[in-house]
Amino acid sequence: MESDILVVDDSAAIRKILQRVLRQTGMAIRTIHEAGDGQEALAVLKAQKVTLVLSDINMPTMDGLQLLAAMKNSAEWRQIPVVMITTEGGETKVSEAVKLGAAGYVRKPFTADQIKEKLAGILELALPI
Amino acid sequence: MNLEELIVSSIRDSAAQVFSTMLGVEIDRGEVSVETGTPEQANDGIVSFIGVAGAWAGTGSLSCSPALACRICSHMLMMDASSVDEEVLDTVAELTNMIIGNVKTELEQYLGPLGLSIPTVIFGRNFRTKSVGNNKWTVVCFQWKDEHLLVKLCLSPTDRVAHGAGHVVGQSCALDVRTES
Repeated sequence: MESDILVVDDSAAIRKILQRVLRQTGMAIRTIHEAGDGQEALAVLKAQKVTLVLSDINMPTMDGLQLLAAMKNSAEWRQIPVVMITTEGGETKVSEAVKLGAAGYVRKPFTADQIKEKLAGILELALPI
Repeated sequence: MNLEELIVSSIRDSAAQVFSTMLGVEIDRGEVSVETGTPEQANDGIVSFIGVAGAWAGTGSLSCSPALACRICSHMLMMDASSVDEEVLDTVAELTNMIIGNVKTELEQYLGPLGLSIPTVIFGRNFRTKSVGNNKWTVVCFQWKDEHLLVKLCLSPTDRVAHGAGHVVGQSCALDVRTES
């Protein structure tokens, strides 16, 4: 079963890198959607089928934690796993993300192996059998 | 280890890790210096800033030549970048975010929770920059082939000075946080 991933980051460079890295993992990915902040991500979620969201935390307009909270408050998107990808290695933001229901987090800088390791199990659970 | 030594060590580790992981290159360590006041020399090239806030506040900065910025972008995005465009500036901003972000995470163990702003990148010739408030910058130089990259950080305590690490009563702290030079 192929997955549809939404990458949310205000940096176009990081979105480009994640596109490449996700393809390199060899996971069965059909589409990789992109959004530059939380609000754009919500618009993508309304219009597209998404299996997993990979989101930065620090972003203008609507940050990753606000996006996560909005998704967990929505009956439609509550079940979509959200993995935070961030330089925020400190306990505060990561703990907040976990409390809000994040499925996991990846620290920047990251390797393709780290992304694959984090996402593989989560996607397996998220995809219908 | 005092605060300045900790900042230098964190910047060196963080920059090495980011370059190695995201660009697949090893950068050479250069000199460390302390910069005070407003630099007399004007800047040419690219300077990126990111704000740090919390019990300690300040600014992190990264500066390099346009040629090095293009090389960084080419390696990071695996594409050919020959002139400074939005993609190159975005890459430098993200590099700053990752390097200073990891330094921030390391420092939080000693200084308490810190926040990071969204980075700002400036590209031009003959411009000056000034940070209002603390003007003592720890400057760490790196070299990649013939080009230099400068990573700087200035930090000073705010009204809400908090010591990040909890210690058992009577236990000595490994970090001697000195706020005066």
